[in-house]
Amino acid sequence: MASLDVSGLRKSFGPTHVLHGIDLAVEDGEMIVIVGASGCGKSTLLRIVAGLETATSGSIRIAGREVTALEPAERDIAMVFQNYALYPHMSVEQNMAYGLKIRGLPKAEITRRVAEAAGLLGIEALLGRRPRQLSGGQRQRVAMGRAIVREPKLFLFDEPLSNLDAKLRVQMRAEIRRLQRRLGVTSLFVTHDQTEAMTLGDRLVVMHAGHAAQIATPMEIWARPADTYVAGFIGSPAMNFLEGTLAEGGQAVALKAGPVLRFADGPRAGGEGMPLTVGIRPEHVELAEGGILLPLDLVEPLGSETVLHGRLPGGEALVVKLAGPAPDAPSLPVALPAAALHVFDGETGKRLDP
Amino acid sequence: MRKTVFKGTALPLLLLAPQLAITAIFFLWPAGAAIWQSLLQEDPWGMSSEFVGLRNFTEVLAQPEWRGAAYNTLIFSSAVAILAMGTALFLAVQADKSIRGANIYRTLLIWPYAVAPAVAAVLWLFLFHPSIGLVGRALNEAGIAWDYKLNGNQAMLLIIIAAAWKQVSYNFIFFLAGLQSIPRSVLEAAAIDGARPVRRFWTIILPLLSPTAFFLLVVNLVYAFFDTFGVIHALTGGGPGKATETLIYKVYVEGVQNVNLGSSSAQSVILMVLVIALTAVQFRFIERKVHY
Repeated sequence: MASLDVSGLRKSFGPTHVLHGIDLAVEDGEMIVIVGASGCGKSTLLRIVAGLETATSGSIRIAGREVTALEPAERDIAMVFQNYALYPHMSVEQNMAYGLKIRGLPKAEITRRVAEAAGLLGIEALLGRRPRQLSGGQRQRVAMGRAIVREPKLFLFDEPLSNLDAKLRVQMRAEIRRLQRRLGVTSLFVTHDQTEAMTLGDRLVVMHAGHAAQIATPMEIWARPADTYVAGFIGSPAMNFLEGTLAEGGQAVALKAGPVLRFADGPRAGGEGMPLTVGIRPEHVELAEGGILLPLDLVEPLGSETVLHGRLPGGEALVVKLAGPAPDAPSLPVALPAAALHVFDGETGKRLDP
Repeated sequence: MRKTVFKGTALPLLLLAPQLAITAIFFLWPAGAAIWQSLLQEDPWGMSSEFVGLRNFTEVLAQPEWRGAAYNTLIFSSAVAILAMGTALFLAVQADKSIRGANIYRTLLIWPYAVAPAVAAVLWLFLFHPSIGLVGRALNEAGIAWDYKLNGNQAMLLIIIAAAWKQVSYNFIFFLAGLQSIPRSVLEAAAIDGARPVRRFWTIILPLLSPTAFFLLVVNLVYAFFDTFGVIHALTGGGPGKATETLIYKVYVEGVQNVNLGSSSAQSVILMVLVIALTAVQFRFIERKVHY
């Protein structure tokens, strides 16, 4: 158990810059999820923390100890890989004991720890088997077990659930969270799946093109995304973005689609006519008599909710999520409640607060 | 896969005929002739032959010369296998690292395989000949009495090196492929588990390479048994004395030089049985074990 401090971390592969200065402070026992689209640098960040890649510049401290230049072996960490990376020629028990043997622990202690971890994960019956005799979910558990027995300072998870089928994934997700809480081990978890990120993380790091676009709790990221990328990445279906300009002395936005909406939370700084991007989540769009008429081109009934796809008069797409079934009509009047608007700078995409 | 069903048997037989003919002409016929010949004794002028049953075999097995050749073969083939495989494994591990120019390095290492055995032997001769060889002269000038034409152990050493050198390329290709099929993440997991490179090699890489290594062991033994005639013939001719006469070389000496066809055939039949046994062991072992 330990804290993790990453500061000014940069990584380049030749002329390609993968990470542009990442700063991250993880507290003792915290679970941080690094989420982003593929190629955003999230796995590279994890691998640098693990010591499998070297940083171009910047530093990493685990429990206050500078580890940037150390080998993975000297960092006292454990990692769960996407393909589990079990040793194919060893039994489950040997897989779990390998790291302990290398550290020269006494046999009795190794047996005790392996048995304890196996009990925790419900894999006692599998100890004598080889990895190829196990199912995906069982391999995943063994990989977890191999990490747990080491009692490391830091757990690293590299998309460990992406090779599992949907049902097992949900189950393992909950299991990992429970286990992490129970053991209280500081953890970094990399995923491209926003649901995994939202449910697992104490805090999320949303990565975008080598930058940490936002580091905050899941709810904060959902409620106050720092820029249009984060806003569009977190939430399903994705947030709608509408173009507009600042109007009425900063009090309102004139949408390209027509209406002028007054901000509910106060004026934004900036000159009249400054380009803005206004975001609104599909679930916040309301059906209202006398609203903007939205011609629908696709209706997706999902049982408990319905997703409507349409185009606003200006040609911009708008997605609406309704609780319950939608009225049967080719077009519906919709309203955009001012309180649910997210206002972003139209050029930089950064969030604008009053 | 789609199965094709032929009407009648004429076409399938015709299609199989070339392969069957090759097997019959180049394997079954000579092997059969050798077995038949091994049961006969021929007079020195080849005018008549007499059926002698297994006498050729009992005589061969009782010969001290044959036992000497068998001992030489044992030393020679195990040394060749160990040297060729050890060198190849070392080179493959180096080539598996991400190094600049890895492709050139790999290609160069594969070249020796394309060199004919006799040519390879001449190459080593130019290096180690006591009076015209580069290394041979240097050794003698340095005060080491190097003359493989007089010293049996030196002769054995030389043919071992030359034969192993030829086989390193082949082993290298297989070891490199074996190394590259080990998932990177498994080695990374071991590194995180605290294993340093040397430990990773012995506890992870080597066990995962063992199927490849076993296959290569059999291939190398068979190579050393049979395919090294050219190297021995060009370098030492089995000498000095009979110091480098292996079983395969003795078959040649007995049959071609001494024109003792019955005995030579008996010896080649014994060799044939040996290689069949080796191959059988290999197939049994591979079926039973070692696929992860």
